[in-house]
Amino acid sequence: MLEAVKSYAASPQMQGLSKFLRKYATSVALVLLLIFNFAVTPHFATMQTLNVNLTQVATIVIVAVGMTLVIATGGIDLSVGSLMAISGALAPLIFLSHFGKTNLALGVALAFVVPVVVAGLFGLFNGWFITRFRVQPIVGTLILFIAGRGIGQVLTNGNLQPFKNPSFQVIGLSRPFGIPVQVIIMVILVVVAAWMLRRTLFGRQILAVGGNEKAARLSGIPVAWVKRGVYAISGLCAGVAGLVVVAINSSSDANLVGLGMELDAIAAVAVGGTLLSGGQATIVGSLLGALIIQLLRYTMLANGVPDAAALVVKGAIIAIAVWMQRRNVAT
Amino acid sequence: MSGIRKSFSGVPALSDAELSIGRGEVHALVGQNGAGKSTMIKILTGAYTKGAGKIEFEGKPIEFASPQEAQRGGISPIYQEINLIPFRSVAENIFLGREYRRNGLLDWRRMNGEAVELLRRFSVEVDVRRPLMDFSTAIQQMVAIARAVSFRARLVIMDEPTSSLDEREVAVLFDVIRQLKREGVSVIFISHRLDELYAVCDRVTVMRDGRTVTTSAMADVNKLQLVAAMLGRDLAAVRERSTGFGGPSGHAGEELLDAKGLQIGRRVRNANVTVRAGQIVGLAGLLGSGRTEIARAIFGADPPDAGTIRLMGKPASPREPSEAITLGVGFCTEDRKIEGIVPEMSVRENLTLALLPRLTRGGVIDEARQREIVDRFIKRLGIKTSGPEQRIRELSGGNQQKVLLARWLCMDPKLLILDEPTRGIDVGAKAEIQSLIKELADQGLGVLMISSELEEIIEGADRVFVLSDGRTVADLARDQVNEPRVMAAMAHGDDVAEPTSVATDA
Amino acid sequence: MSDTRIAHGESPLDRLFALLGRHRVLVALALLLLFGALRYDNFLGLFNILTVLRYNSMFALTALGMCFVIMTGGIDLSVGTTAALASVVSAILSPMGMIPGTLGGLGVGLAVGVINGFMVTKLRILPFIATLAGMLMASGTALLLANNETVSVSYESGFTGLGQGDFLAIPAPAWIALAAYIYGSVLLNFTAFGRHVLAVGGNEEAARLMGLPANRVKFLVYVQSSVFASLAGVILASQFGAGQPAEGVGWELFSIAAVVVGGTLLTGGVGSVATTLAGVLLLGLIFNVLNFENGMGWISLSAYWQSVVRGVFLMVVVMAGPGTGKGLRRLAMGTKATVGPDGDEP
Repeated sequence: MLEAVKSYAASPQMQGLSKFLRKYATSVALVLLLIFNFAVTPHFATMQTLNVNLTQVATIVIVAVGMTLVIATGGIDLSVGSLMAISGALAPLIFLSHFGKTNLALGVALAFVVPVVVAGLFGLFNGWFITRFRVQPIVGTLILFIAGRGIGQVLTNGNLQPFKNPSFQVIGLSRPFGIPVQVIIMVILVVVAAWMLRRTLFGRQILAVGGNEKAARLSGIPVAWVKRGVYAISGLCAGVAGLVVVAINSSSDANLVGLGMELDAIAAVAVGGTLLSGGQATIVGSLLGALIIQLLRYTMLANGVPDAAALVVKGAIIAIAVWMQRRNVAT
Repeated sequence: MSGIRKSFSGVPALSDAELSIGRGEVHALVGQNGAGKSTMIKILTGAYTKGAGKIEFEGKPIEFASPQEAQRGGISPIYQEINLIPFRSVAENIFLGREYRRNGLLDWRRMNGEAVELLRRFSVEVDVRRPLMDFSTAIQQMVAIARAVSFRARLVIMDEPTSSLDEREVAVLFDVIRQLKREGVSVIFISHRLDELYAVCDRVTVMRDGRTVTTSAMADVNKLQLVAAMLGRDLAAVRERSTGFGGPSGHAGEELLDAKGLQIGRRVRNANVTVRAGQIVGLAGLLGSGRTEIARAIFGADPPDAGTIRLMGKPASPREPSEAITLGVGFCTEDRKIEGIVPEMSVRENLTLALLPRLTRGGVIDEARQREIVDRFIKRLGIKTSGPEQRIRELSGGNQQKVLLARWLCMDPKLLILDEPTRGIDVGAKAEIQSLIKELADQGLGVLMISSELEEIIEGADRVFVLSDGRTVADLARDQVNEPRVMAAMAHGDDVAEPTSVATDA
Repeated sequence: MSDTRIAHGESPLDRLFALLGRHRVLVALALLLLFGALRYDNFLGLFNILTVLRYNSMFALTALGMCFVIMTGGIDLSVGTTAALASVVSAILSPMGMIPGTLGGLGVGLAVGVINGFMVTKLRILPFIATLAGMLMASGTALLLANNETVSVSYESGFTGLGQGDFLAIPAPAWIALAAYIYGSVLLNFTAFGRHVLAVGGNEEAARLMGLPANRVKFLVYVQSSVFASLAGVILASQFGAGQPAEGVGWELFSIAAVVVGGTLLTGGVGSVATTLAGVLLLGLIFNVLNFENGMGWISLSAYWQSVVRGVFLMVVVMAGPGTGKGLRRLAMGTKATVGPDGDEP
């Protein structure tokens, strides 16, 4: 009997099926979760549920897009949470300043642009530091992880900055066509990044650098530039995410903005199927990964499981997903 | 060891290999890359299991399943990379895994003391408490030997021990080997530096193509004979044309490359090479003679410590490959796995990897053009693949090599550096590639070809530079390029004070 | 024949830099202490010293555990939340007395460590991810057990003696940390296990070939790290009178920073317990110095500058490269820092 099962399991049909499952593991998992929820969770199939989940997931995905690119080169960016804090701190400082109050339109415009640019510059610093001193990305970005939040706190003296600025808060609260704006931003970023990765020179160079850095260099690819570029992009994404978060909360607390975001983003990327060693990346996968984690949390929440338990499950899922990834690569 | 067979994935690496070593004997093991030396050694030391055959050690048949077992059994390998822990102290490295203890805690005094004693036996006096990496490679090797001896090894295998040593250090190593001999320890000495073998070895075994070709006393065979045996050459015979080159091209255009006095690290001491348009220039030499280092220096991958390079007639000092590429140079590397292919990417992407910037318009890749070029080259080189989208790591080695070759050919370079371009490719494909290179040379491409296959050099090159031990020892013009000449240069290298002839280009 | 690479033309200046380089943390610590002593009253006063010691004992413990993990080339992100979990468990068990409370907390650390070690060695998951997962699971469990609130410790059972008590006028936590560091130092320098830890981190492949049980070594360092973290958590509960499930955030990165600042390489293979302690003190003192600075009223630097300063410290340490004098000298003389693959430097 066992023999029969074994030989069936090894048969071409089963092999094909298991291969299919492994390849689309993330999508399959997501679909299963959705099915489960449709069946079991009350009020699941409503626009409101959709909105709530998408909103919560949007900031993570925005950051995860940049993180995916960094990981694609074989690196990692621990500073994103702190960069979010800096960006979130800068924006109110700008439009609440004297200058901002007297030039309303310009103030808001600058409040959008400057924080993102600054975050991007910090990201560029990460990239420069890592390439110039040939340092492991974990260590290199650790510096801004530690110092970055401090910078944000120093700028605001650790104070909460509450505000009410509808034109600024457009980035967090508005709903064009009924869809939360951050979801739109998220979708745009995902689409643009995925396209860039597939169709542009820079995108392919990123994957080449992650896939085989030596071969990339010998083929004339400017490895250092590529690396600096992805860290800068990661910084920009963090900057945008920071703006969204403070806009939603109508306040900016440099102590809290983006706390733990780097881990959430890395988890989304890992679960989504991008290899941490680089060379292969899927932006859409990171989106799915974030959705899965979020959906799991929601599933448990909606079914009365305490939030804390969701955390445990989150940890387990990450471990399982990465473990499966490794086995997938090995075959 | 006798009748040893070993196959990897159905491809035989060893067939009927033999090796026998007496007690207290220093035995040289020579052969080109892929001849089977390392496979033999790995089987002996338990890293691989043999497919068939018998191994007897000290009169008893053995079969080691792991390197640890072999070590405990008395066989100790010392690899080129010196598998020790650089951050740890000398004494620690010697005793790691068998530390002395007193009252449950490590007895440093005893270990340090014994380490000093051990090294003193080899006339080495160092502060054994300092980290291993503080010391030169020579000392590190001594430490590796000391560790082996402290494990009571009866057979020590040294793989290319002198590749990073200078003359003084080599002399010390030889003293140590003689000391081992006196103590009854046998040594297998693997090296490409023929002179060294004569200095310290008693007997020699030559391997080629997975077989043991000859075994004899060192004194009974001269260098030329050794080289001939390694390459499978009959000294006197003149071979039929057996490559796709079909004879020299003859026209030499403007100067594309002129490198003089190159000095790179420890390996290359004084090398020259010149290539003109329409020429195929061969760079010959045994392994370790510095050919790849020269190629990398010209390409900007590892700039040289000294010397001058002229590219396309003008002085150049490329610091990055991209600079050399802009000047019209291409470089097909020797090790496709480590430096060639991007394994997860498709054939199409790997093929156009260097060409990408030229295929882009406004940052976006022109996929139609890309596909057209890829199709063209797949056809031209006869690359066997299920399609351009197949992942390159699924292709056979030979086909991977073709893709890498195409990577540079599609760049339309002026100067193409090829490092072992036909290694690992079947005979038919070899000929195809060789005639392709010839064709391109006829159309004006300048080629610098590094090859360990004499046939290729002899038949394809218009001019040959022979390297021995990091120096250009011969610069042969077309009419002087023949097997005996080249082999003599490779074998006698340092005996020749000046190049045997200075070729002029008509 | 005696020869070392450094034998040629070594000037006294070279040797000075080499010495400073090797002990740079201690030098920096000494300088900071000097600075503080000169500038502020009461800096070296008993009260301040005791406060610093008491407060930083917990971090010292997590940094110690982290040090061993990093020396094997790994990393342990779960130390903070493991401490939180342990604080909760020990608080829950505190009514039963100091011993049960402590043992309960340590037991938790053991469990987390075993899980982490299993993921890293058996499942071959990257330590970063494995301990990230461990961190989340520990955090979740802590919140669950505590019902998202702090858990008050029982004051009757003597449990608080651990965290709040003094022994010979020095805070108990400091004694515990000291004992731990002595243990750690002996372990590292005088036992085979300690040397194996460094060997595995230095060159795992070679270590295996030399016959060392690399997997067992790695497994044990993760267990040890979590046990130390849980000890810190027990002290946390005992010191502040409550188990805090949400505490521990950032502890892991503080620990990593302390270890790195101390000179242990993140790539593994090199490290010292003593310099880790120095690193902890250094980073902790920065906070202290800033407080004093504020107290002086000359500049009003908020405590938030401490993160910035710590980050800068880390940056300088990393730029200087491994603890050879060369890196420091290059920094001082402003030349380019290049480390080739075989460390061949001019």
